[in-house]
Amino acid sequence: MNMSKEELVRLYRIMLTIRRFEERVVIDYQSGAIPGIVHSYIGQEAVATGVCTNLRRDDRIISNHRGHGHCIAKGADLNRMMAEIYGRKTGYCKGKGGSMHIADFTIGMLGANGIVAGGLPISAGAALAAQIEGGDKVVVIFFGDGATNEGEFHEVLNLAAIWKLPLIFACENNGYGVNTPVKYATGLDHVSERATGGYGIPSAVVDGNDVIAVYEAAKKAVAGVRAGKGPVFLEFMTYRWRGHYEAPGLPDLRPAAELEYWQKKDPITAFERRLLKDSTATQHTLDEINSQVMRQIEDSVNYALASPLPAPEDALEDVYSA
Amino acid sequence: MRKISYDQAASEALMEEFSRDPKTVHLATDIEPNLRAKFGEARIRQTPISEASFVGAAIGLAGSGFRPVVNVRMATFGFVAMDQFVNQAAKITYMFGGQTKFPIVYRMTVGASKSFAAQHSISPYSMYMNVPGLKIILPATPYDMKGLMKMAIRDNNPVISFEHMALGAMEGEVPEEEYLIPFGKAVVRREGTDVTVVALAKMMYEALAAAEDLEREGISVEVIDPRTLVPLDKETIKASVAKTGRLVVADEACITAGAAAELTAMVVEDERIFKLLKSAPKRVCGLDVPIPYSPPMEQYALPNRENIKIAIRQVMR
Repeated sequence: MNMSKEELVRLYRIMLTIRRFEERVVIDYQSGAIPGIVHSYIGQEAVATGVCTNLRRDDRIISNHRGHGHCIAKGADLNRMMAEIYGRKTGYCKGKGGSMHIADFTIGMLGANGIVAGGLPISAGAALAAQIEGGDKVVVIFFGDGATNEGEFHEVLNLAAIWKLPLIFACENNGYGVNTPVKYATGLDHVSERATGGYGIPSAVVDGNDVIAVYEAAKKAVAGVRAGKGPVFLEFMTYRWRGHYEAPGLPDLRPAAELEYWQKKDPITAFERRLLKDSTATQHTLDEINSQVMRQIEDSVNYALASPLPAPEDALEDVYSA
Repeated sequence: MRKISYDQAASEALMEEFSRDPKTVHLATDIEPNLRAKFGEARIRQTPISEASFVGAAIGLAGSGFRPVVNVRMATFGFVAMDQFVNQAAKITYMFGGQTKFPIVYRMTVGASKSFAAQHSISPYSMYMNVPGLKIILPATPYDMKGLMKMAIRDNNPVISFEHMALGAMEGEVPEEEYLIPFGKAVVRREGTDVTVVALAKMMYEALAAAEDLEREGISVEVIDPRTLVPLDKETIKASVAKTGRLVVADEACITAGAAAELTAMVVEDERIFKLLKSAPKRVCGLDVPIPYSPPMEQYALPNRENIKIAIRQVMR
């Protein structure tokens, strides 16, 4: 590891921003202020953070239903994110997409996708675009273990392999597709075996709760992809602390002991301890960051609340581009 | 004027537009050698038989500033990629609040008549008409194919080009000089005063043949080819029905919930036109069966000029 203090503190700040943002979204969802459904990213913050901090602004990512963390890590504006989740006109998608479809094409965030594995073919196209352009842009597709049983997943692994696409498969294996254990659904300990065994794509299994491990693995993958060596598959072992989504009626059937185990492996507390132990940061610095992040989140909620709701007939706009 | 085939007209459109715009990219399981020779392997990309991946890859290309043209081949193969057509391509512009455009052309052959049986014969345009966000063209002549295809490639939205399997070798007049055909402009193929027949794709030719036969019986038939289904030129169709007071819609697709139903409803729910109707409109469509293999059964399942003549005589009563 060869990172400056500033870089390490930046990782911490991003993870904490995701955590605080998600905590607030859960609270405001439960109070009824946010409509629809939201899928919380709490517990998986290290993955988005460690991957996206290796990317340039012109690199592209595609996310999924559990996508707030990826947006924040890629540099999305919290105000416009919160406004979108609140269904406001000032949101990223003018209130047409909501929590599951936040996109910001100006920062290379090509959108979150609500269909499991649905974003994978699109990411192959974005990677093909980068390849045709001839530069060294990288595309990252984020998906869960649940996506690995979809046909689109296998088709895209094949396409990426035969075309040597500049594509990083970032699989967040949080152990469950809704309530179905990955072991049951795939019959494998690690879904990355499919990428390497089935399609010849190099892969690595990474501790998804260790932000430095994620950062190092992503750094190596990005370097290889930029050098034209073709796709890489990274399987991040992690866990979501919340149920599949925030909505009444869907029980969380996972064993309670499992959550306790993973909460002890909280990526943020673990990294905090490390920063303090290495004297990279003082407790005062970390507290200060926390206050700043809390203010930002509060500001984003205020921005959303001060923003107008869309007019009903705004529903008719944007079906087609001019 | 020179004559070229429907397929050649499409090839010319691609050749011209790919020369004009370096951001165009072609994806197909079977690539055209002349395109590959001229524009190279990077832009003329041969794909594995993997519809969901390449139908979706076109979306990623479009969202990254390219203009992909995808040859899906048969419309029946397109169903393998329905998530990408319906959940992704159609909705992505809207869902993201219009922040980026997605210019894509998907080409698919439709229709029946060649004993290809059920899994290689279908006319599913009404399924896609029910999904806002897609545009749909239905060229029936070489001239329309070239002008609509060029327009489709320049359009900033996902456009599906449904191309009838029996028209590929058909020749027609196509000028050497460049032209474009705007979407949403129907063409009156034959003028008449007694009955309006709106005929889709290959049915246009059957309707023209029926009109010619009926002229001898003293019935004057107007034949309209909408050319594009989304957007649809409602005004031309309504103006014709206002003039004739009678409507027949001919389409090869199965009758239930087809484009013919939509066209008929569009006309009759206009109160002004409804009051001008002299008889109830009629649809002439395919039977509600999967397309059978054996020629006598296949021919029975599809409408033809005789069915159209019967319907015209019925609305004339």
